[in-house]
Amino acid sequence: MSEHPSIFDILGPIMIGPSSSHTAGASRIGLIARQLLRDEPIKAIITLYNSFAKTHKGHGTDKAIIGGILGFGPDDERIRDSLELARKAGLTWEFRFVGDFVKFHSNTARVHLYGKNGGEIEVVGASLGGGRIKIQEMAGFAVDFTAQIHTIVIIAEDIPGSIQKISGAIAEQGVNIANMYVSRNDKLANMIIEVDQNVEPYTLEKIESFSWVRFVRLVEPMLEGSSRYDK
Amino acid sequence: MEFNLLTDIVEYCKREGKDLAEAMLDYEMANKHLTREQVYAGLKRVLFVMEDSVEQGLTQQVITPSGMLQNWAKQVYHARVEALGASLKKATARAIAVGEVNACMGKIAAAPTAGSAGIMPAVLVTMMEEHAIPRDKILNALLVAAAVGLIFAKNSSFAGSEAGCMGETGSAAAMAAASITYLLGGTNEQILEAVGFALKASMGLVCDPVAGLVEEPCTTRNAIGVANAFVSAQLALAGIKSLIPADEVIFATKEVGDLMSPRLKESGQGGLANTKTGREIQKRVFKTSD
Repeated sequence: MSEHPSIFDILGPIMIGPSSSHTAGASRIGLIARQLLRDEPIKAIITLYNSFAKTHKGHGTDKAIIGGILGFGPDDERIRDSLELARKAGLTWEFRFVGDFVKFHSNTARVHLYGKNGGEIEVVGASLGGGRIKIQEMAGFAVDFTAQIHTIVIIAEDIPGSIQKISGAIAEQGVNIANMYVSRNDKLANMIIEVDQNVEPYTLEKIESFSWVRFVRLVEPMLEGSSRYDK
Repeated sequence: MEFNLLTDIVEYCKREGKDLAEAMLDYEMANKHLTREQVYAGLKRVLFVMEDSVEQGLTQQVITPSGMLQNWAKQVYHARVEALGASLKKATARAIAVGEVNACMGKIAAAPTAGSAGIMPAVLVTMMEEHAIPRDKILNALLVAAAVGLIFAKNSSFAGSEAGCMGETGSAAAMAAASITYLLGGTNEQILEAVGFALKASMGLVCDPVAGLVEEPCTTRNAIGVANAFVSAQLALAGIKSLIPADEVIFATKEVGDLMSPRLKESGQGGLANTKTGREIQKRVFKTSD
């Protein structure tokens, strides 16, 4: 819990039971993977680690993650029937289980999604309890974000001035950058930008229009209310 | 805006001439940049989900996938024998209703956790019915409960893996006891006494769910948490003092939680989970597990 927990961290989250970590948090990991895919998912390979692998069954972790992949928020009652709804929606899935993997948090899931239009994304997220989650890996980058506020996720060629241009495009809209994290691999840079308010589509389009930008996604916060994520 | 102790909140109330609910409203508005209306809208949503989960458990078919819970709430609600009047019987049924709905993947409001989500709704619905308390006042009782939860989260833990069931149904009972005391006109000091009583009664309660599921004994412990809340509020409203102040009791729960063996804290290795019958149930539930 943050330094100043909200009263709605204590009286909440509003969620589908039975477990805030194994159900609510699990659905959020699936939902974030869907938002990062930005495509209609048609295939999902999900690996559950540690406690998730051992106790998923009694907690509906599978239904929760599939529900998230379908776009259901943690309080969406359709989670209960998500496997059936996924079949109808043309989503195929496979679960794999790794009982003991000390490198990962006790409740960790790896979600590998394939989209109808060729999209593909691999996300590793940990469920921390109380419905809170942390994304730790995305498209091969080590990341660290919680999606408690609007988060812009960018992969770009690592060229001089890139950070300045991206933050400029965000500032143009009058949006305040709360936090920004940059990590790099061989040639690419990953930027996680947390902002205080919603981001308009044209800001994302502007960032996407830079020739050196490969990937732009917006992850919306979703601790309450799910209907608006049901797209 | 920061509160570290329950007495900090009481001090703030004295300074500002406000009650505990107003103090928590100020806290949330200041830290989360919300308006009064936004906070109350959130509280209304929480109360609605709480009432709905009670209703569902009392009216719908609820049999958990494990088969451990089978429409107990309705059975209690309609029981012909009343151990101590209809109110306690119905309050008991309401707590179980939420537990059953939660275990069946229904919608609940964690308060403070999913495993302890039955206590606050059972207490609030019962208070509305027994004392004809208007909904607006109930929203303030939620704020008072949040005050207790906030300080408990800071100085102890809600996690069964850290503080056992003491951290879950124990803290929920303390929050509910505070709500009842507030709703019946108790002073801030009496509200804190009620918190002290409820937590003292839960001191050292282990987290030992059978097969790791939020069912046995979680559901009946929620019901007993309701009784704890009413008894604790009754003591405080009569003017009885807890002797050990509530903030110190919270620190004691932290110490006790730290001293408890990990086997007794949501690990499935001790207590009821480790009984002969508990192990048999586990084997049956997970027989097709990977």
